[in-house]
Amino acid sequence: MSATTDWSLAPASDIAGAVSEGTVGAREVVAAALDRIARIDPAVNSFTDRLGERALARAASLDAARARGDRLGPLVGVPFAVKNLFDVAGLPTRAGSRINRERAPATRDAALVRRLEAAGAVLVGTLGMGEYAYDFTGENIHDGNTRNPHALGHMSGGSSGGSGAAVAAGLVPVALASDTNGSIRVPCAFCGCFGLKPTYGRLSRAGSFPFVGSLDHLGPMARSSRDLALAYDAMQGPDPEDPAATARPPEPALPDLDRGIADLRIAVTGDYFARGGDPEVFAAVAHVARDLGASRSVAIPEAARARAAAYLITAAEGAALHLDRLRSRADAFDPAVRDRLIAGAMLPAPFVERAQRFRRWYRDAVLELFRDVDVILAPSTPCRAPRSGQTTFVLDGIELPVRPNIGVFTQPISFIGLPVVAVPVWLDGGLPLGVQVIAAPWNEALCLRVAHHLEREGVVRAPVAALIDAPLEGA
Amino acid sequence: MPDHAADTPMPDLDAYAAAAAPLLGLTIDPAWTGAVAANLRVLHAAAALVGLFPLPDTAEAAPVYTA
Repeated sequence: MSATTDWSLAPASDIAGAVSEGTVGAREVVAAALDRIARIDPAVNSFTDRLGERALARAASLDAARARGDRLGPLVGVPFAVKNLFDVAGLPTRAGSRINRERAPATRDAALVRRLEAAGAVLVGTLGMGEYAYDFTGENIHDGNTRNPHALGHMSGGSSGGSGAAVAAGLVPVALASDTNGSIRVPCAFCGCFGLKPTYGRLSRAGSFPFVGSLDHLGPMARSSRDLALAYDAMQGPDPEDPAATARPPEPALPDLDRGIADLRIAVTGDYFARGGDPEVFAAVAHVARDLGASRSVAIPEAARARAAAYLITAAEGAALHLDRLRSRADAFDPAVRDRLIAGAMLPAPFVERAQRFRRWYRDAVLELFRDVDVILAPSTPCRAPRSGQTTFVLDGIELPVRPNIGVFTQPISFIGLPVVAVPVWLDGGLPLGVQVIAAPWNEALCLRVAHHLEREGVVRAPVAALIDAPLEGA
Repeated sequence: MPDHAADTPMPDLDAYAAAAAPLLGLTIDPAWTGAVAANLRVLHAAAALVGLFPLPDTAEAAPVYTA
């Protein structure tokens, strides 16, 4: 890259290459990112803490390491930020809540933050999220709503709204996020960026604030599949501090990223995933499928029931996690979250147990599909980003509340922990749409290969937002 | 189990919430009752849907998914 490169907008892979070669210093890259955040983020409201001092000190230490001839990591000099449910030493882990910011500051960074920094990346801040991650909108009454960088009057999606918005606004090339029912995939769709929700248990959750232990996943978001793979590979590996973390050795995705798709059997989900959304949602899936030559269709069995079961388990486990806070601090919650959690606390135990037993059946039935296909495509959301504050939308002629129904297509997939890469599709002059590229457990690398192929073909892309608040066609 | 729900009238969830709250040690402001009951209605419908699916007695729960 030339001396005039705007490092604040460069891909992570270019930054790491340039810092390794000495074309640019890590401090220069990080300073450019901090400057852009200061200029742009007031309009977007994605950051909740800026860590300029820490980041510049870290960058300076990387430059010193290079000057000494030390070995540098694959993400050297790459700025990144994390959803504010990740522990960051010196900050209370607020998880989007008012209550948690009264907690003692974390004494150590979360496991994935440590792993990215061990690979040379530089943490520049924390990002906004829906309260306690019980959210698909990106709206937060305590920190203010995170706005969609592609249309500021629209939702960023949630609960990892800050992560999606920061990536789409070009504030960081990589952000970390969590996904319990769709919280990575929804903001990827609304903000037009790439995201990886790995297999349940693949990436350590140690040092992150939980929501639903049996459904919580952590993963990266980025503006390219290569950056996603870079970050993902740097974060893999067992961790005894997360009881659900796999003991499998890391399976890097980067080496096979360019392998293409000739050997992959790819299908589109029909049935449940082909109705209950705006027409352009299914057009986006068809657009991707056409490029991949995916002409076959599979029906994921009982997906509506799977979504219902995920909904029940989420309500019950989330409520159990927060019961003491609901007893003592109910008035400090976002009312929309509080009322859902209170209802969840009242769920009769047999309803929840039944959902867990159904989960076993559903897992076996879906895994059976992967005998005949390698990758399944499905829409990420039933619509484009709704307007901020919008409480209802009409799907298939039925008016439904927005907040719980944005995740209709993501919940049946994360319910059994399947790996997904969310890819951004721009069909027309309107806001972006998302497609889920889904594989069997532990096959993240296949999802990333497909995403990378689509990106090379120009079928999916994640442009930096122009940051204009004009209603876009089709928005 | 909720599989009876499809054939029976919706229970009085306001009354259920009021009765369950002290059991859970929760205090519900009257202003919240409507929203709590509305959420319970959604959960009740979800439970009914799941409950209608026949499962063998041997189907064990999967509280933490193992891939």
